Amino acid sequence: MAAIIEFKNVNKYYGTYHALKDINLSIDEGEVVSVIGPSGAGKSTLIRTINGLEGISSGVLDVDGHDLADKRTDLNKIRRDVGMVFQHFNLYENHTVLENIMLAPRIVLHRDEQENRQLAEKLLKQVGLLDKEEAYPRQLSGGQKQRVAIARSLAMKPKVLLFDEPTSALDPEMIQDVLDVMKNIAAQGMTMVVVTHEMGFAREVSDRVIFFDQGTVLEDSRNPQDFFEHPHHMRAQEFLSKVIDR
Amino acid sequence: MFNLLSENWSTFLLGFWNTILCSVIALFFSLVIGSGFAILETVPSKFWRGVAKVYVEIFRNIPLLVVTMVFYLVLPTYTPLKLTGFQAGTIGLSIYSSAFIAETVRSGINSVGEGQMEGARSNGMTYWQAMRYVILPQAFKIVIPALGNQFVNLIKNSSILAFVAGFDLMYQGDIVASNTFQTIPSYVLVGIFYLILTLPMSYYMQYLEKKTA
Repeated sequence: MAAIIEFKNVNKYYGTYHALKDINLSIDEGEVVSVIGPSGAGKSTLIRTINGLEGISSGVLDVDGHDLADKRTDLNKIRRDVGMVFQHFNLYENHTVLENIMLAPRIVLHRDEQENRQLAEKLLKQVGLLDKEEAYPRQLSGGQKQRVAIARSLAMKPKVLLFDEPTSALDPEMIQDVLDVMKNIAAQGMTMVVVTHEMGFAREVSDRVIFFDQGTVLEDSRNPQDFFEHPHHMRAQEFLSKVIDR
Repeated sequence: MFNLLSENWSTFLLGFWNTILCSVIALFFSLVIGSGFAILETVPSKFWRGVAKVYVEIFRNIPLLVVTMVFYLVLPTYTPLKLTGFQAGTIGLSIYSSAFIAETVRSGINSVGEGQMEGARSNGMTYWQAMRYVILPQAFKIVIPALGNQFVNLIKNSSILAFVAGFDLMYQGDIVASNTFQTIPSYVLVGIFYLILTLPMSYYMQYLEKKTA
């Protein structure tokens, strides 16, 4: 499998704060990668560099054959192929659910209106919210909003989907619905990078688990079961004992 | 007072009409210019943000009369540009008001959460598409009541025309007052004419404010 995302000696500074430290990481097409680790480790920063929401300070970050650090790279073009789902959903508050999904394909991809609508409705059905197409985001629960946000990202037919703590702002009973949708997408072969605190998802659904702490990859396992049972790094052992035995 | 009004009806009416005309023109241009600078104040480029900031701070902090005099007296002295009082006053009012409208609209843009922009950009939209389809519609909705107050201020400030022979309500009122020596009734009538314009606006804004709250 070919790598679709490749970090080579990537560093990121906020002023003097060293947020990402010499990251070397390669993610293949079709891989489902969970990134776990304590708060403030830099997980969100890491994933936000992949679609250029955060620039990098040095190194090479290659996404789908384009170097993101190169000034000539058109980030808008990259973002068509790299969707992102946020902790706080970020649905367009001034548009209905259906419009949230159809807007970008219409104005960015110039997709045929009828085709656009068909796909949007198909995606809404897939996330179980077809009856909400005329609702506004403020009328939805958190879990519903997140499922719409996922549908919105999918409507661009991306090659990669990034998830930045997609369930962290949800009530516990809403989490499973969202995880089910994500599991479904993973099963369809989407390349996914998921920053999460859902250890169940990391363990059951992902192909690979990355333990990230203090701006660096401490452990990178292609066998999630094994990682959760026998973490090698001390920091990973500490972290897992805290999040699993609560 | 009724006699005063009926005997000077056409004088007052001309003033009323010019005040409306000046207000509508200034309202349009101050909204367009003000929104433009508001958007400029929020772009990523530091340079353009700086340019917008300078514009807003200058015109927000100079008296309207001074701005108007620049167009009425200074420009015609040093350039071939010749402006009537009405034109100079309307331009001065447009520019002065645009600075306040810029600040109002900017606060609206800033109060739309950053997540909206990030969501739109991550969805493949350019900065300007995100502004056009996501940020600005929300920002304007938020600032409608505040904009209404600016419009009421603008109508009242159009009395600046009286200083530059702009034939507005205030100027015409002055004429009636000095012709008839009925000073107080003349200005009371002027006040009533202003209220006819501003009160419905104020009440409509209060209604909108309640509705959107």
